[in-house]
Amino acid sequence: MTDTDVAAPAPTAAAPQPEESRTALKRAALLLLRGRTLVVLVVLVIIFSSISSEYLTQSNLILMTKHVAINAILAIGVTFVILTGGIDLSVGSIAGLSSMVAGGLLFKGLNVPGGTVFFSVAVVILIGIVVGALVGAVNGLLITRFKVAPFIATLGMLYVARGAAQLHSNGGTYPDLAGTEARGNTGFSFIGVDSLLGIPVAVWIMVVVAAVAIVVTTRTPFGKHIFAVGGNERAAVLSGIRVNRVKIAVYVISGACAALAGLLLTSELGAAYPDTATTYELNAIAAAVLGGTALSGGRGTIIGTVMGAFVIGFLSDGLVLVGVSTFWQSVVKGAVIIFAVITEQAQQRLQSSLTRHTA
Amino acid sequence: MAEILEARHISKNYGGVRALKDVTFTAYRGQVNVLVGENGAGKSTLMKILSGSEQPTSGEIVLEGETVQLGSPRAAQALGIGIIHQELSLFPNLSIAENLFAGRELRKGGRFVDAAGQRRRAREVLERLGQDRLDPDTLVGDLPIGQQQLVEIGRVLLEDVRVLIMDEPTSALSNHEVDVLFEVMGDLRRDDVTVIYISHKLDEFRRIGDWVTVFRDGRLVAHESMSKTDTGWIVRQMVGRDPDSLYVRNSSPVGDVLLEVRGLTVPGTVAVDDVSLSVRAGEVVGIYGLMGAGRTELMETLMGMRRATAGEVFVRGEKEPKSTVQARMAAGLALVPEDRQRDGLVQTMTVRDNILLATIAKLTRGGLLAGPAEQRTARDKVSELAIKIPGLGALVTALSGGNQQKVVLARALLTEPIVLLLDEPTRGVDVGAKSQIAGLMAELAARGFGVLFISSELAEVMAMADRVLVMARGRITAEFTAENVTEEALVTASASESALEASA
Repeated sequence: MTDTDVAAPAPTAAAPQPEESRTALKRAALLLLRGRTLVVLVVLVIIFSSISSEYLTQSNLILMTKHVAINAILAIGVTFVILTGGIDLSVGSIAGLSSMVAGGLLFKGLNVPGGTVFFSVAVVILIGIVVGALVGAVNGLLITRFKVAPFIATLGMLYVARGAAQLHSNGGTYPDLAGTEARGNTGFSFIGVDSLLGIPVAVWIMVVVAAVAIVVTTRTPFGKHIFAVGGNERAAVLSGIRVNRVKIAVYVISGACAALAGLLLTSELGAAYPDTATTYELNAIAAAVLGGTALSGGRGTIIGTVMGAFVIGFLSDGLVLVGVSTFWQSVVKGAVIIFAVITEQAQQRLQSSLTRHTA
Repeated sequence: MAEILEARHISKNYGGVRALKDVTFTAYRGQVNVLVGENGAGKSTLMKILSGSEQPTSGEIVLEGETVQLGSPRAAQALGIGIIHQELSLFPNLSIAENLFAGRELRKGGRFVDAAGQRRRAREVLERLGQDRLDPDTLVGDLPIGQQQLVEIGRVLLEDVRVLIMDEPTSALSNHEVDVLFEVMGDLRRDDVTVIYISHKLDEFRRIGDWVTVFRDGRLVAHESMSKTDTGWIVRQMVGRDPDSLYVRNSSPVGDVLLEVRGLTVPGTVAVDDVSLSVRAGEVVGIYGLMGAGRTELMETLMGMRRATAGEVFVRGEKEPKSTVQARMAAGLALVPEDRQRDGLVQTMTVRDNILLATIAKLTRGGLLAGPAEQRTARDKVSELAIKIPGLGALVTALSGGNQQKVVLARALLTEPIVLLLDEPTRGVDVGAKSQIAGLMAELAARGFGVLFISSELAEVMAMADRVLVMARGRITAEFTAENVTEEALVTASASESALEASA
């Protein structure tokens, strides 16, 4: 319990001038820090477009946004988990597993007694997402029922799901996912290759996923419960929130998003590899953190995460475009993430110093 | 009477807020100087300045006739001014000796820790604190809170301390632990150590204090020899009005039994042992007892947060089959927990979200939250409970302790309970907020609620409860009505065996 011994009234008109202007300055700085992901994005675009005339062309922007889409979808799922104070390290592997499951169903079908069954692309996609959701549910059960720390449970799942992906094909690749008319399973390339109204389908899917996620997190009781669980789990329990259900649900959401991202990636590549999306979990977590999601839980926004994914994507592609070596790309990406967390803390400090004075 | 420490014309501004306004405070050598005042009155700010962790905006500090600069806590320590903060700052994973010397370990050969020497010095300090039975190798985390507090004092005693500032050291202590602490303070006084003691507990500091200084709204409003004051005078100085209006007694007619508990038993380090009780409509029932008596555990079990191994709970005559928080909430129970920060508030959320947390699922249209309904519901509760807030969208951490407590209470009331369980509802809130919360409890009873509350303060439980149950070691050891309750009877019934001795 903290009893701050500072009286409560708002600053009076009699307050000295320097104090007021300093507060105004702090407010401006806070606004800048709140929108820092956007600021960084704009700065990146300005820098890269001044170096390369290619960067700001319509075709390059569309291409980069398509790259962003996959990471953004992964990161949105992970954001749900991080908001509850958890972490999901298994999303890259889940993407790989769903990729192999879908790839297998398209390439060689499902063996059942009496022959082989092929499903339509829509059903295959649905099955892939359900597989991801189920793996997420296992994560959730491990964490709630068996009290395994989220880091450990999902680290274990990272290995298990990746292993399962490799076992699915004995380490091999499903090279051709085009399907045949006879089997009624053509058209898988639609989600990862095709465009609608000049914009890649994958980008449309990202927009839909983000829109739904924004509504869920900000406009539904479930969304409030997520923030409450991450902010103070004991208080959430006492308020009658079914904390375990909320936790399982966020891992299911994360698993489903990961599976969807895996399917997009597979469709784009036109083949399913067991190593699909390896280490993608780190990019996803980085996007969430870059977008202002606190790893301690309870703080963050979906829109921030999407912005974070844009920064990472536009930065990576920009570095490639201007010819920076891949080694330096890693260094720069890492530095940006660390810088983001430092500014996040600066924002928290500034915010609390401002509320303390105006409370 | 010799002055040792004087703060002259101290003012302190935080942004536009003036926390201290031209305060001149004197502490007398070898005396216990008590500081009282509501939260926000400026006591802690002054103590932060005297201990070097804050700098005054204007004014000077004089120690034994010399003007001194207290630029940092280290500088203050070097001059013999030590402070014990309200929150313990110990390492639970280290031993008593290691805690005493943390950050200033004794050296052997310039490089290695002299563990034996530290243990020896630790034993001396423990002896001085009357804890000669304690092993310096005991982990601090294994000690009861009272002894942890003594270890904290021990840290200060290791230095050559002339002035010891204590900021509400008893807020977490049982009566017996307070007695031990006061004995230690008496010893320090004999050793010519000056104590500056901040407290909210009127009945306690009157026992130990030599001088009392009252703060209100950043000003020093009164300074008097303790023997020339009485409780009424102190409260009048603090709140600027009469103390008789502090607590409101419930006097509503009693109705049906709303909550009945039979033979409730919960195992654990702090157990609940065969507890039976009942609460009627319109009744305010108090549970008095020491910390560790099982009171909080009883409340949490009633609310479905802990599983009972035996016993039954009836709400409005109907047996409650499921012991989950959701089931108990639906049956009409609501709990306002003791530790607001740990169990009550979601610090990362706004005032509005905190108020609506338990009932948010009802405020939807077509599955989506209905913003206007949220706003209206929250605003209604804010005005009903007179919660002082900068805005519904402000972070809940921006509120004072009393107003945070009201936010938790508002959330509980929104679940439409019939019996309110309040665990230490006035802990850590100032006198004004205390009085308001007491008034609310009486009002709720008058509206037909049953109220069951826990209190560690004799005056409070005697003034507010229609019936008082006393808990000790997990059992109900006595029951009194408002007419036949006395302080002595309560203390006797609660102290069948004291917490400190039991665990030593």
